Amino acid sequence: MTALLEASNLSKTFTLHGRGGLDLPVFAGIELSVYPGECLALTGHSGSGKSSLLRCLYGNYGASSGEVRIRHQDQWVSLSGAAPREVLEVRRQTLGYVSQFLRVIPRVSTLDIVAEPLRRLGVAADLARSQAAQWLVRLNLHERLWHLPPATFSGGEQQRVNIAHGLIAGQPVLLLDEPTASLDADNRRVVVELIHAARERGAAVVGIFHDDEVREAVASRCFDVEQYRKPL
Amino acid sequence: MNDDLLLSVRGAGKQFMQGNRLRWACRDVSFDLYPGEVLAVVGESGSGKSTLLRLLASRLACDEGSVHYDVREEAGSASAVPARGAAGLMDLADLSEARLRWLARTDWGFVEQHARDGLRMNVSGGANIGERMMALGARHYGKLRGQALTWMERVELDVDRIDDLPGNYSGGMQQRLQIARNLVTHPRLVFMDEPTTGLDVSVQARLLDLLRELVDQLHLAAVIVTHDLAVARLLAHRMLVMKDGLVVEQGLTDRVLDDPQHPYTQLLVSSVLTP
Repeated sequence: MTALLEASNLSKTFTLHGRGGLDLPVFAGIELSVYPGECLALTGHSGSGKSSLLRCLYGNYGASSGEVRIRHQDQWVSLSGAAPREVLEVRRQTLGYVSQFLRVIPRVSTLDIVAEPLRRLGVAADLARSQAAQWLVRLNLHERLWHLPPATFSGGEQQRVNIAHGLIAGQPVLLLDEPTASLDADNRRVVVELIHAARERGAAVVGIFHDDEVREAVASRCFDVEQYRKPL
Repeated sequence: MNDDLLLSVRGAGKQFMQGNRLRWACRDVSFDLYPGEVLAVVGESGSGKSTLLRLLASRLACDEGSVHYDVREEAGSASAVPARGAAGLMDLADLSEARLRWLARTDWGFVEQHARDGLRMNVSGGANIGERMMALGARHYGKLRGQALTWMERVELDVDRIDDLPGNYSGGMQQRLQIARNLVTHPRLVFMDEPTTGLDVSVQARLLDLLRELVDQLHLAAVIVTHDLAVARLLAHRMLVMKDGLVVEQGLTDRVLDDPQHPYTQLLVSSVLTP
């Protein structure tokens, strides 16, 4: 079986020019491959670089060295070396991401936020909205919230909007940064089911799951980022 | 993924006399822009970003390097088209004045920071929108007025104000009028110079929403000069950071803002106050 996402010799170091060029090494020499249908859980202490690794895999952080490659429309694309419009195209079609915190365009309604990834794939507005509504129902977000921008929602409500937005387009590679962090038990269970459904359709999932129970329920393999940590 | 390149800039620069010495306002700028792509140029005042915008739009000539554009055939014109380069693009420096004027009022738009510089203040709002179409030969009054009304609605201007002079519009309305006036010919590329600067914050927000929608719906390519990183985050796919006339960093918007590499970009990003 071919992997869908690979990192080879991937390193990340932040250089803080405002602090006299101080180098903050995060990790070095990471090698990983993620295959269809599996869920790789990133583990390590807080501050070990799990989120930074996930952001590198998304192209949100640049790679200090090494490479991130993704299987995009039956071809390998070097995400760490791709032009901006190629990265955006890969994200649209192939690479979904649920961030830890919802970052959205202000003043846009929840329904439109969730529908947006489908709109970007060319799905008609009505159809995209009705699918968005189904995702919000699935995630138990009350209908009276759908037409409001999520800025004033609770943490758990925002996180569910975020999850719906991240999963609706059904990309074959999914990156999940603490998707259940602020959810109650019922909603955690829904997210576990959604991750299982994604794996069943053949998606390759990489995630950070703080909750041991959730991690054991969804992960097929663990990847300890701590081992690749560079000493300060 | 490799559809046609729209704009290609190679080593472009412009120098000015300052006192009795020549100084580069911007230098060695290179990038490619594709249809539907929105590029933000950020940097502080004096970094050369507005000069760059004027080079791209051929309002100034390059003193070094070149700007190439995918010039389309002029509708209904038999005039000879200069030879195309290998990439199917034309060097703007090779185009005649007339041809550049034609480009500027059909295929390009230019939204000025100060609406007064981009509007004709002595004719009505409706006439401002109709002007480009008239320049292209439209003469039918009813059609021109119909188009003007359509575009006023599209940019959320009160259609009852169609016969008012732009001087009687508020600042936000003037910017909307300027946008309508530019978009009426369905340009493929729009240049914007600080389009929201100087407006009240709430007016700014609504104008940004409008711009975001229009750029999306019309699949417009745009180059937006701004000193406001939030504007770049909201509207742009990519950004280019300028300092002292040079591009110090460029890339995907969220990468540049979340993982800035150059000392100056890091300073810019860390200087933003979030309420």
